[in-house]
Amino acid sequence: MKARAFSYARPSTVEEALETFASAGDEASYIAGGQSLVPALALRLQAPQLLIDIAHIPALRGIARRENWLRIGALTRHCEVLTDPNIARYAPLLREAAPHVAHPAIRNRGTLGGSVALADPASEFPAMMLAMGAELEIAGPQGTRRVAADDYFIDLFQTAIEPGELLIAIHVPAVGPHHRWAFDELARRRGDYAIIGCGMLGRFAGDRIDEIRVAFFSVGNTPVRARHVETALTGGRLGPDSVAEAQASLAADLSPPDDEHTPAAMRLHLARVLMGRLLGRMMVTG
Amino acid sequence: MNEAVNIRVTVNGEVRSHSVAPRETLADFLRNALELTGTHTGCEMGACGACLVLLDGQIVHSCLIFAVQADGAVVETIEGLAQRKAIAELQEAFHQRNALQCGFCTPGVLMTAYGVLARPGVPSRNEIRDALSGNYCRCTGYEAIVDAIETAARRRAEAAAEPEPETAP
Ligand SMILES: Cc1cc2nc3c(=O)[nH]c(=O)nc-3n(C[C@H](O)[C@H](O)[C@H](O)COP(=O)(O)OP(=O)(O)OC[C@H]3O[C@@H](n4cnc5c(N)ncnc54)[C@H](O)[C@@H]3O)c2cc1C
Ligand code: FES
Ligand code: FES
Repeated sequence: MKARAFSYARPSTVEEALETFASAGDEASYIAGGQSLVPALALRLQAPQLLIDIAHIPALRGIARRENWLRIGALTRHCEVLTDPNIARYAPLLREAAPHVAHPAIRNRGTLGGSVALADPASEFPAMMLAMGAELEIAGPQGTRRVAADDYFIDLFQTAIEPGELLIAIHVPAVGPHHRWAFDELARRRGDYAIIGCGMLGRFAGDRIDEIRVAFFSVGNTPVRARHVETALTGGRLGPDSVAEAQASLAADLSPPDDEHTPAAMRLHLARVLMGRLLGRMMVTG
Repeated sequence: MNEAVNIRVTVNGEVRSHSVAPRETLADFLRNALELTGTHTGCEMGACGACLVLLDGQIVHSCLIFAVQADGAVVETIEGLAQRKAIAELQEAFHQRNALQCGFCTPGVLMTAYGVLARPGVPSRNEIRDALSGNYCRCTGYEAIVDAIETAARRRAEAAAEPEPETAP
């Protein structure tokens, strides 16, 4: 349970970090909070020659509202997601998901950027990128670009971030007075990865849903948007009938894998139950 | 490759300068270089909570941090908390309520409990259980640990509610 030997670098700017990575070839790895990487190194699932510690780069920090977007620096820790007033107000799905992410001590170190860069399909925050319609700011040798969450998740632990690139910040469209949202997950024990989890964010005109995004995690190789469900709900009034219709269309959106603990049919069933509960909560909070 | 790095860390109030291998975890550094063996290592992958320490005032797993990452930081271990009597009432309650048997998990559990008691008010048993979700104990069955933390939290709240002893004008 000890990591293989490596060298250590601590850059203080994004440029320096990118250059350090480039000069190390494929042998380097960035480390932010280390709450996923250090276990992987200890188990020797990974053995980079060089660890580039990005935790001291000021450009990756900070939470600020600019017009209708909230910019959240990649180094924002899970515990800050839990307590920051701007996140609670403008990106409330992150606030709701945070208590379910790992345990308090891990939340004190783990970063939002690390979670989204890793893109574990059982993780809460990556799926919330889809539900919020977030954009990911990525820096590489050719400069900086913004990628929509819908184009960001490619496959298992694979995202639009190319090797050597850095996730700089997460940009979230600010939630306003006509939005409603809900989040929950089913897990065996608080802090464990979820058997199934879901977050949704809708824009309402009274009872009518003008627009809604519904995202699931722990359903396959990447987090998934339930587009048939979204179509079924959009333009209609939220009520028992539309919830039933949405639940009926969920099978078209999700094809979870079988695993030894949870057969696919059970996971799909739990997804329907969870989604029904969340839509019910949005009715009540309206 | 793997050059040693010089670090300066303030541990339990004392500045310590050391040369460390980058792959050395903070837990191993505390235990081996500084001989602070109150910090235990069980799983070395963030699951058991035996290795919890305070880093810049926040509870973290010392097995999930390399010592080089802690360069410039302030670390407090279970020895530091005990010496400055920050957990005296918890130690007392753990003793009274039989909240430890082999004691392997206890330093980590006390760190978590210290974090729970740092928050205002008396936590519910559910909140205490929630906070303990990252601590494994193979002996006690947890019930006695929850009892002890609850007892210490109650006592602290009662002491805070008692009026200050009157002083002559
Ligand atoms: C016991 C335990 C339980 C956990 N439970 C949960 C849980 O229930 N839900 C959950 O979501 N997570 C859970 N986690 C994982 C935790 O949330 C991690 O903190 C998070 O996944 C990664 O963040 P980090 O900052 O620690 O990243 P690191 O471990 O430092 O990095 C993870 C990966 O992302 C890369 N990376 C990090 N930051 C950037 C960046 N800015 N740009 C490009 N690449 C980057 C690294 O190179 C590495 O490959 C758990 C972890 C443990 C140990
Ligand atoms: S040794 Fe650190 S959590 Fe188990
Ligand atoms: S007292 Fe033995 S592991 Fe907790």
